[in-house]
Amino acid sequence: MRLEKRNHTSPAAYVAAPVGAVVFTLLISALLVLWAGAPVGRTYALLLQGAFGSVFALTETLTRAIPLILTGLAAAVAFRARLFNIGAEGQLYAGALAAIAVGGMHGGTGLEWPPYVLFPLMMLAAALAGALLLMGPALMKARLGVDEVVTTLLLNFVTLLLVSALLDGPMKDPLSMGWPQSVALQGDLELSKLVPQTRLHTGLLWAVSLAVILWALLARTVPGFDIRAAGANARAAAFAGVPVTRTVALVALLSGGLAGLAGAIEVAGRTGYLTLDMSPGYGYSGIVIAMLAGLHPLGVVAAGVFVAGVLVGADSMSRAVGVPTYIADVIVAASLIAVLVAGLLTQYRVRWK
Amino acid sequence: MTDAPPTVLRLTGITKHFGPLVANDGISLQLARGEVLALLGENGAGKSTLMSILFGHYVADAGQIEVFGQPLPPGQPRAALAAGIGMVHQHFTLADNLTVLDNVLLGTEPLWRPFSHRGAAREKLLGVSRQFGLPVSPDALVGSLSVGERQRVEILKALYRGARILILDEPTAVLTPQESEALFATLAQMVAQGLSILFISHKLGEVLRVSHRVAVLRQGKLVAEAPAQGTTQGQLAQWMVGHAIEAAERRPARHVGAAVCALADVHTTSTGRDRLQGVSLTLNAGEIVAIAGVSGNGQVALADVLCGVRAVTSGRITLQDAPLRARPAWLVRQGVARIPEDRHAVGVVGDLPVWENAVSERLRGGHWFAHPWWRAFWVKRRAARAHARHVAETFDVRGGGADAPARSLSGGNMQKLILGRALLPPGDAPAPVLILAHQPTWGLDIGAVAFVQQQLINARDGGAAVLLISDDLDEVLALGDRVAVMHDGQLSEARPANDWTREAIGLAMAGAKT
Amino acid sequence: MTELLDILANPAFWIATLRVATPLILGTLGVLLCERAGVLNLGIEGIMVAGAFTGWLTVYAGHGLWTGVLVAALTGAGFGLLHAWLTVGLALSQHVSGLGITLLATALSYYGYRVSFPKVNTPPTIEPFTPMEWLGVPILSAQTPLTLLALLLVPILAWVLLRTPLGLAVRMVGENPQAAEGQGISVATTRTGAIVAGSALMGVAGAFLTLSAFNAFFFNMVNGRGWICVALVVFASWRPGKALLGALLFAFFDALQLRLQQAGGAWLPYQVYLMLPYLLSILALVLVARKAAYPQALMKPYRKGER
Repeated sequence: MRLEKRNHTSPAAYVAAPVGAVVFTLLISALLVLWAGAPVGRTYALLLQGAFGSVFALTETLTRAIPLILTGLAAAVAFRARLFNIGAEGQLYAGALAAIAVGGMHGGTGLEWPPYVLFPLMMLAAALAGALLLMGPALMKARLGVDEVVTTLLLNFVTLLLVSALLDGPMKDPLSMGWPQSVALQGDLELSKLVPQTRLHTGLLWAVSLAVILWALLARTVPGFDIRAAGANARAAAFAGVPVTRTVALVALLSGGLAGLAGAIEVAGRTGYLTLDMSPGYGYSGIVIAMLAGLHPLGVVAAGVFVAGVLVGADSMSRAVGVPTYIADVIVAASLIAVLVAGLLTQYRVRWK
Repeated sequence: MTDAPPTVLRLTGITKHFGPLVANDGISLQLARGEVLALLGENGAGKSTLMSILFGHYVADAGQIEVFGQPLPPGQPRAALAAGIGMVHQHFTLADNLTVLDNVLLGTEPLWRPFSHRGAAREKLLGVSRQFGLPVSPDALVGSLSVGERQRVEILKALYRGARILILDEPTAVLTPQESEALFATLAQMVAQGLSILFISHKLGEVLRVSHRVAVLRQGKLVAEAPAQGTTQGQLAQWMVGHAIEAAERRPARHVGAAVCALADVHTTSTGRDRLQGVSLTLNAGEIVAIAGVSGNGQVALADVLCGVRAVTSGRITLQDAPLRARPAWLVRQGVARIPEDRHAVGVVGDLPVWENAVSERLRGGHWFAHPWWRAFWVKRRAARAHARHVAETFDVRGGGADAPARSLSGGNMQKLILGRALLPPGDAPAPVLILAHQPTWGLDIGAVAFVQQQLINARDGGAAVLLISDDLDEVLALGDRVAVMHDGQLSEARPANDWTREAIGLAMAGAKT
Repeated sequence: MTELLDILANPAFWIATLRVATPLILGTLGVLLCERAGVLNLGIEGIMVAGAFTGWLTVYAGHGLWTGVLVAALTGAGFGLLHAWLTVGLALSQHVSGLGITLLATALSYYGYRVSFPKVNTPPTIEPFTPMEWLGVPILSAQTPLTLLALLLVPILAWVLLRTPLGLAVRMVGENPQAAEGQGISVATTRTGAIVAGSALMGVAGAFLTLSAFNAFFFNMVNGRGWICVALVVFASWRPGKALLGALLFAFFDALQLRLQQAGGAWLPYQVYLMLPYLLSILALVLVARKAAYPQALMKPYRKGER
């Protein structure tokens, strides 16, 4: 088997690739459903229904999509610059931590500042917390050549332990009766609902707006050019005058900041307080979403909704049919690999010698 | 009357496609024992492909190869090696972190042997080294060897395995004239011991000196075969290109102006030989200063320093009487045009489209294509694309269009893009005052070479100071108004081109003081 | 201070150190083998989970312990083959492929566990390996056979890499694949072999957790050990001997922090002690970063015959 470079690729191929990959993944996952002894057709129907089949399902999916879009954006901007940020999970928690630190009802009331001061401050703190957490590994890579994959990964564990320690101690909710959760967020700092009587909150508007802003930044501005150039070829970029180290720092700010915001928006929109199990791996799913979207910010929105649909649909399907919810994780992980291979096929033709 | 020596190698009808591109088209060649056959052709003519097919890196779509009368199984370097073919690649296939012995030993023992017989191998290597006059130390790390020494190891790899047919791919590209002479002597010794040699080169003079027969490829076909005796360089060039070419019209410098750039006792730190150890040089307007020298003697350091990607540790560099700042954006704004050595890795960002690469140097500093910062650094897309179009038209850059990724351009077109970007200022920007060209014609076909050289001459006549760094001695002597030689981080005096002889330059390249 | 000396003087501490080190030794050797051949294998975390699960499941189904180890090794090899196809056959990003395999192997293992045991809350147990009393050597006798295997593999792997033609081929494809190709060695085959073998070792490292250290499979069992192995390989300069040293050093600090927690009382929250292993790994990476002699072709995709 040999790979031969194609001369040109039609735009249709760029859309067909991820779609084809997802279809392939669903076919493979059908085998897993069979192993669980469940009927394949009904299982997938329930999955679809649980994801998009009713207003409730749709709002649930979109609610779940919010942090996924944000961590997806975080991964997309970082990977564009070849900064493999695998630490979005930790950065998310760091952001949530900062949000509670600023906006929580510590000692009963917390900071008694007007919401139009406290809210932006809270968001800024969250973004900064995430950004700072990534800045360390990013600088270690730029200055010392330390691979950022391992450092960002290891920091995830450290951050979670830190959150755990704080939840046991200074940030503990005195009313929670032993359950480790943080003090609650001040009421008027919470995000309002987009659709009443559902969990869908205005965080969705934040996520989509940030996707558009990120797209515009990358495609139309000089810093965006710098990011793309430094990621594609740092030497050539430096030769052309791109300030590479400063650009990597900017990317760390953006990526870590977006992940931190994901944490803050989850706290402010969905939960109202911080717990250790707030994120079932959103940081890692973000990477898959970014890859599915081809690292394109607007594609991240679509991919985020897709992955959210799979996760929400699997929850609801599992209650009905009994197939373990982990099927969602399998589908997501297999999609990643399938999309990688499919992406290759848009660039190369397979020749069987 | 003695019989003609037996044919050791016969290629018949070799054809190879890469997609729609026909790299080799029905090529048939023979090689006799003890013969040196030179293979000539422009870049992309198919020489490397043919040799790679012979050695088993590729499989031909059609055709047969017979080695010593036996058919050669295609596509396996192992089979080629077993048949007695050895290849000395242009870019040495050596691992820096391993020793000479390791590099030579690889693949010569059965993989499932539990213990490498290194002692016996060392003896054999030293024996072969003595037999052909190629001294090496088996336990040295390849990374610590000089270029000439590395080539010796590369050759020994083949001789150790008992190669009777040796393929040499552009072997003198990285050698001084003296080292080249030593190589030719080695080749003569090999031939005397019955080896046959396939010699790929684009240096016409060398080819006629060293080989018995010459074969010329053009666009994948074999267009000419002739004995070296009685063939002229002009004929070779004509066969290579298919028509008579006009070399760049060389005019002597007419009006040499004031100094544009001056280096005074410049030092840089670096590992190995690529550093500057006290370089002084003055570049005047309206003049081309050409630097000769074997690559690796500090040319990269000199270019880096003037391109703004490396800082000096001591000494001064001035640009129009102001100290030179090691920042590319500043240099571009001051009117310095930079043409880097490695167009793929440094000259363009391959994944980005052609139009973005055409304006990549002018997005900051002078803000020609970007709004100033209070409008959030937006790129002036329309103006930028218009300029990119202007560059592509003026410099005849052909390819997939402004939005195609830059890496899809051929070498020649990529170089023209880089040249246009450097030499053609946008809008109201001033024409460049200093042009730094580092190996600007490397790897280009004859037509593109002439074009690039003409651009440099035109720029000089327009009043710019030009610094040309080239390891092609012919180019240096043809274009340079003044010539200096670089060796081990030091620069000789820059004397007028007529004051130098090839011999003197060769000696200076090797470090002898004249 | 006396508490520290007490801890160090207790043989139970050193027994624990060697036990904690075992999966790290096996995992690090596995990563080392892949990286020497020029391929980064970030699938280790997931492969360890998969090895832990399949090894344990095999024993739970009634087969012998060594059969379980074999199944774990084969599981690892299987995922290694996938990684090899993606990175060597298709020359895709080694980072993304590895991460994809970690996610996939973990998800498959958790799914398989839940399908097999849908209703249990406490993980079902098996009879693990027993300590090797018959050895008669202090500290080592208290270990299980997989630890002995790990310790023996260190000199064996070092020998193979540095003294055999096969090892030379592996090292060369990691330094300069064109050179290997030019000497008649198939880069694809050699790299695939190294990845498959290394991944098998990773599978065994995972099996150690369920078949020796603990006797059941539970979620979040591997808990970052795979990533620590990746860091340790850099620290070990890709040499098996130094890998052993690094793993022992790391295990030393990990075992120490647990005992310090117990001895030192509650003046520092226990989470801080738990952070130490991860922070130490990062520190180790930073310390050796400048001097790291990477295999030169590491992480560079090699496409045979591409111009």
